[in-house]
Amino acid sequence: MRWMWIDRIIELAPGRRLVAIKNVSMAEDHLHDHFPARPAHASRPARPAIPVMPASLIIEGMAQTAGILVGHAAAFREKVILAKVGKAELHEDVPPGFTLRYTATIAHMDPAGAATTGVVELLDPATGAARAIGAIDLMFSHLDRNLAGAQFPEGNFVFSDSFRNLLRASGIAADF
Amino acid sequence: MTQDDVFAKVRTVLVDALAVDEDEVALDAILTTDLGAESIDFLDIGFKLEQAFGIKIGQGELFPDNVAADPEFVKDGLITPKGIAALQARMPHVDLADFAKDPRIVNVAKAFTVRAVVRFVESKIARK
Repeated sequence: MRWMWIDRIIELAPGRRLVAIKNVSMAEDHLHDHFPARPAHASRPARPAIPVMPASLIIEGMAQTAGILVGHAAAFREKVILAKVGKAELHEDVPPGFTLRYTATIAHMDPAGAATTGVVELLDPATGAARAIGAIDLMFSHLDRNLAGAQFPEGNFVFSDSFRNLLRASGIAADF
Repeated sequence: MTQDDVFAKVRTVLVDALAVDEDEVALDAILTTDLGAESIDFLDIGFKLEQAFGIKIGQGELFPDNVAADPEFVKDGLITPKGIAALQARMPHVDLADFAKDPRIVNVAKAFTVRAVVRFVESKIARK
């Protein structure tokens, strides 16, 4: 499965905070449709292409950051599922050649699930400058605890090989 | 903290968690059918109440978990009188009088009104 919207974990304070980055790249196919060039039409002038990271995938990146934080906090015994986007505010577009930095913090956690708060920052690799461009608050459910009796595949299908590889590459033990 | 203060804070929590307007949060409003709450929202509401009032809410304390679990309390999709008594004892903040008239499991959620949440918070604060 290759739906990884974070590239590297740069900080993990178990049970508290996880920081990850995602480099936005022209090699991402969808950027060429988001948004494509638009020809002139009636009273509307032509507009060049504006490739920017879709907001939905920024939210997914934060969800993966926070989901790993929550999962790691319980040694990946729980099937951690994104259940609610409480708030998602993004104030700027993110073009290719820039880096997104996601900082997720656990606000609450109990056997039923967890609530996280998150800050999205835009990093400019050319200058090293970073600034906050948004905030995303999420809620996760521990699947087995909340759907007793429902049948699920064996093992923890939430934290797949892709996640394990990411953890390992980032120097975090991933024996589960 | 007066009852009005508690209600005002509970209302803020519900507005945040359920993305409804303040004036929709009437005392008799049912969390699920009137305010659109789903199971994940109950977890969110619990967390936010803990934070707003400095209280600790145990699992199944505010909203019941596994209502249908005990076979002694459920028969043919209806909660038995024994079950209703047990539920009422566990959840004194909920008014089950109307529910008892049509005790189908699906109707349990309708007993969870804004008033029930306010009552729950008041009793927690009193016990602090």
